[in-house]
Order: sequence, then C-alpha cells, then structure tokens
Amino acid sequence: MTTFRHGADSGRGERTDGHGETVRRRPRLAVWKFSSCDGCQLTLLACEEELLTLADRLEVAYFLEASSAVVEGPYDISLVEGSITTPEEAERIERIRRESGFLIAIGACATAGGIQSLRNYADVDAYARAVYAHPDYLDVLPTATPLSEHVKVDLELRGCPIAKEQLLEAVGALLHGRRPSLPTVSVCQECKRRGTPCVMVGRGVPCLGPVTQAGCGALCPAVGRGCYGCFGPAESANVPSLMRWWRDELGVDPRATMRALRTFNAAAPAFGRAEAFTGADTRPGSSGRGEHEL
Amino acid sequence: MSSEDRELRRISVGALARVEGEGAMRVRVHGGKVEEVALDIYEPPRFFEALLRGRSYTEPPDITARICGICPVAYQTSAVHAIEDACGVEVDTSVRALRRLLYCGEWIQSHALHIYLLHAPDFLGYESALELAKVVPDAVQRGLALKKAGNDLMTVVGGRAVHPVNVRVGGFYRAPSRSELEALVEPLQRALEAAEETVRWVGGFTFPDFEHDHEYVALHHERDYPMEAGRMVSDRGLDIGPAEFEDHVEESHVEHSNALHAVLRGRGTYMTGPLARYSLNFDRLSSRAREAAHDAGLGESCRNPFQSIVVRAVETLYAVEEALSIIGSYRPPRPSAHPVAPRAGRGCGWSEAPRGLLYHRYTLADDGTIEDAVIVPPTSQNQRAVEDDLARFVEAHLDLDDQALTWQCEQAIRNYDPCISCATHFLQLDVERRA
Repeated sequence: MTTFRHGADSGRGERTDGHGETVRRRPRLAVWKFSSCDGCQLTLLACEEELLTLADRLEVAYFLEASSAVVEGPYDISLVEGSITTPEEAERIERIRRESGFLIAIGACATAGGIQSLRNYADVDAYARAVYAHPDYLDVLPTATPLSEHVKVDLELRGCPIAKEQLLEAVGALLHGRRPSLPTVSVCQECKRRGTPCVMVGRGVPCLGPVTQAGCGALCPAVGRGCYGCFGPAESANVPSLMRWWRDELGVDPRATMRALRTFNAAAPAFGRAEAFTGADTRPGSSGRGEHEL
Repeated sequence: MSSEDRELRRISVGALARVEGEGAMRVRVHGGKVEEVALDIYEPPRFFEALLRGRSYTEPPDITARICGICPVAYQTSAVHAIEDACGVEVDTSVRALRRLLYCGEWIQSHALHIYLLHAPDFLGYESALELAKVVPDAVQRGLALKKAGNDLMTVVGGRAVHPVNVRVGGFYRAPSRSELEALVEPLQRALEAAEETVRWVGGFTFPDFEHDHEYVALHHERDYPMEAGRMVSDRGLDIGPAEFEDHVEESHVEHSNALHAVLRGRGTYMTGPLARYSLNFDRLSSRAREAAHDAGLGESCRNPFQSIVVRAVETLYAVEEALSIIGSYRPPRPSAHPVAPRAGRGCGWSEAPRGLLYHRYTLADDGTIEDAVIVPPTSQNQRAVEDDLARFVEAHLDLDDQALTWQCEQAIRNYDPCISCATHFLQLDVERRA
C-alpha cells in the first residue's frame, strides 16, 4: 500500500510506490459517493477558509460534486462517502479500493451503514413496495453495509455528518506523513471540557453520550437534548450497562431505546444489535429482524 | 440538415458533475427532431418513507434531514409542520421567526454553493470553482465567505451547519440568546455587500436565449417572501393549502428513474424553485432586492431557466437582509418549544427548500408512532420540466457540435440545481443522433 511521508516542507506530497521509487508531485485526492445524502462531501466544501489552500496542496483529481474535470487514477487519497446498497456499488467500491493508496471512509453511512441500514432489520422488498409503484425497476441489495464489510479501509471518520476539524486533521496528517490524531473517548469527555452540565444526571434526559464516540464537540447536550449517537459507538462503550440505566433509572420504554440506538449508525454492531440487551426482543416468536420492532 | 444529424452519434459524458447526487441523461435525436429525453436518476433508493414507519413522531426532523446534506433545514421544517398539523399544534410567531432565521442560513449557504461552486463555472467556461479561483480569486473568495455566513448562521441557531441538532417538533431545544445572534450582525452585514456584488457579478454573465412555458408553482404568503410559510399557488390559478396537495399533485414511477415524477393532475408539467418563487412573489421581496434584480436585468418575472443563477443571487441578498431584520427584532421564544402531545391523525406540511417546494405528510397512531409517511421533494417535481427544457433546447441548438451541445445541456440541467440525493442521483449525458 502507498504510504505517505514528509512533504511538509515543500508543500508537496512525496510517496513511495510499491517498487520503492520516490515520486514527487502533489498527492492526488479523489472524493467518491455511494448511498448517502452528500452532507459529508459538503463538509469538505464547507472548509471555506481552508478549501483553496487544500486545493493548492493536493491535486483534486476526482470530486464530481465540485468539478467536471476528471483525472484518471490511481489516487493517493480517496475520501469515500456512503454505504453499499446496490450490486453496482459493491463492484464499484472494489474498483476504487484498487485505485486508491489511502482510503478514508467518511461519515456514518460509510462507517456504519447510515440511516438506510435500518433495512437490515426489515424486509427490503416490503420497503420497496411501500415507496415505489414498480419495485421491479429497482436493483438493490437487501442490506446497507459499511465500506469495511467490502474492502480494506485505512481510516474511518465518524459522524453524521463528519466534523470538519477531523477531516482537516486527517488530510493534514497524511500530508505531513503522520497518523491522524482522532479521539476514541466518549462524548461525556467533550461535555466536561465544554462545561456542559450532564443532561442525564441533572435532568433525567436519556443521552447516548456515554457510549458515543467524541468528535462533534458534544453539540446536543449543549442545546439541552441528549446525544443521539450520530458519531457511533465509542471504542470501549458499555452499551448494555447504559441501556439498563435508561430502563431502571429513567423508565425508558424498550421500543424507544431500540429506536434511539438504531439510527444513523444502525449497522454498527454495538448499536444495531440492541435487541440482545434491551429486552425488546424477548417476545415469543420474534426473530429480531422484524420491521415492527423499530 | 447537416451531415452530423444523418448519422447515429452518441456522446457520453460519463457523469454529470456539480450536481448533488447521481443521474444520467439520455437524448435521442432523429432527423432533426428530439425523439426522447430521459433524466435517469440512479442514485440508489434509501426508502425513507418506509423506514419512517414505526418510528416516533418526534424523530422525522432528525431522520428526514439525512435525505439531503445541502438542505436539511428544509426537511426539518416541512417535517415539523406536518407533525404539528397532525397533533393540532400551532406555534407562535417567535418560534416561527427563529425557524425562518435558520432557514435564511440554509438559503444563503445552499444558494452560494450553487452559484459559485456548481453553476458559475459553466458560464465562464471552467470545469470547477477551484479552476475558477485561479482566474478570479476574489470572486470565489467572496462566494466562500458568503457561504460561510450562511453556515455560521445555521451553526448558531441550529447547532450545526449540516444536519442541525436544535430543531424539534414544537420549536427548538434551546433558543439562542440575543447576544449570540447579535454576534452575527457584523458578518451578515459584510455578507449583504457580498450578496449585492454577487447579483451584479452573475447579472453580467451571458445567457442563452431560451424561455419555457411551464406552470409556476410556489408558496405565497400574505406578507413575506415565501420560505417556511404560505399557500401553494400557481400562475394559472392554483391556490391550495397543504391538506389539498395530494389532490392536485400526482406522482408516478417511471422505469428510468429511482425518483418519482410529479405532475399537476389534469394540468401536467409544472415547475417549482427560485424562478417560480420569484415570479409569483416579486412584490414580497425587499426594495433592495428588487432594485438589485432590476439592475441585473431581471423583470418582475423570469422565464429563462439559465437566469436562475441571477434569481438565486437575488434570493441570497433577500435572505441576508431578512436574517438581519429577524435578528434586529429577536425575542427568544419562551418556552423554546411548544409542548406537542401525540394523537392519532394525519398531518401535512411544506416549506420552500432552496430548490423548491418540499411536501411532507404523516399518519400517526394515538401514541405518536408513524404509520405512514409521504415526502415529495422539489427535484422530482421539476424532473419533467428539466426533461422538457432539454428536449426543446437540444432541438433549437442542433447546429452546435457535440462538445458544445453537451456542455450547454449539462448547464441546462444545473439551472435547476437538481438535488438528486433528494429525488433519490449521477447524471450521465448520452446524446444519440440519427437520421
């Protein structure tokens, strides 16, 4: 795999290819979209103050939302948004992987399925019939899955959407030839840093902060609502313990717990397999995959 | 007929860039006549209307925001309107003002994105704003600064620029303080100048001579330029409330598209979005916005879709002014949200997304569980109008070579700022010519 080294002084990327040859040129960036809302790509365009500088440091070789200019691969860095939901996408991600040196999955869809992965717990044919008059026109997979279930992913940026600071950190670190520094602690740490009083302890508001990876800046508690987990499970998250607390201390209904865990990171096992410990799946005959449980 | 038209030719652009989403366009020309135009939307379906079933009535503002990263506030606003309608709650003017303020932020950032990063390169002959920045750096910087002003407004009011976290059924989780909003005044005043300069800049572009005859449909409000409120009216006599929407708009599923096409029942193709809004509500604009429009060469209505970039600039100017005006008379809503108790029923709501009218309808069970959801985004309403424009445009410009024709066709598609993620996306343009 292509690795990044140095390049900070000259402002130009330096990389070694598989044959040990050193190639000096601006690293080539590509941005790809799969099933998603465009919001994470938009975060790149929302780097208003940094965008033109970044465009100097990198060759933007493929970024369809921003440019009709297309430079052929291979690409040094690929940012990939979206989850894999169609047979065509399953093929395309493999092709992109082959053309990419360092592949970064950006956002909850790419790292944990996105909201569309709710179909993983339902019947996709029933979904199609509910929306389209001619489901036979569609060609979709029964599940929406993260990139890592299809190809090797070199780095994941969490969030729905990703945080601009993390994106700049990741790309900046690669340009400087170091590993990006991304938090693996929970949102609770960010509330403490901000000085936000705990909404759950203080006001009894159900909050996913204790089990959700930091990175957003603890936005939701700052407006007085519980974290809804859009950065996905933190590394050492004890989800069953928090869910017991929700149930016993806050009296949260198991159905509401299930809904809270199954949102934008529904395909992340620590959140998606919630039925194992919420008690919502204890009814006789329940397979744990029925639409009625959502 | 030129020799070009007699032979079968196919032009493939691979992918239409600078749109939100994935789609393709097929144009077949036969003996100087356009035989078929189809906008293929192959953005994969994500089944929002299905996955909303069984969710709680409190969730659509967060869930439907994820339909589109560019216009999440439109989804949040239409969703809360529909649910409040179902639950029989009407919010007061202070909540309405804050919703409108947040919406101004979305219009500013979405329009600035489209004007500078997606559409302007077409008019000036560049492939991207990054290329454009090498030639007219001041203009691109101005666009990015304007976009940032919109994003900053969304961040302060909504908690985040993409997928705001502060919107809830009944109002907001937390009302920003006056001082937090006052900190936005100075940047917005600078944005006002940038927006005025934007209208002048795009007003100086060259526009292909082209007009369409679609029925214009937009919201219309007794006092305000339509954004979050109004009745749905048209230039041919339509005047309805949200509950009547589905009596008048029919959606159909066509083979080449993962989006549903909408038509007005018994009337056919219609058009929503900036051109329709402007033409139906010119007198609701501020005098400054009207003057800027006049100076940029616009009349009180506009039927040339290529001039939509000017209309977007005028609307951006208006949105900045409106944001300043709302901040000027801001009183934080107390409480920040009305209590909304669930009840069984059906509710409809809409608002003017940057790209046009966005309709939501929910049916709730008595405990607030969603039984049924319907969402009609602006791009699927405009799809027929886009196809119709392309057919007529291609027919009138068959003298152009393939490269020029393709470029202008893509530009014509971008006139609509199609949000294919919304309509469900990758425009590939195939032009087939044969005798």
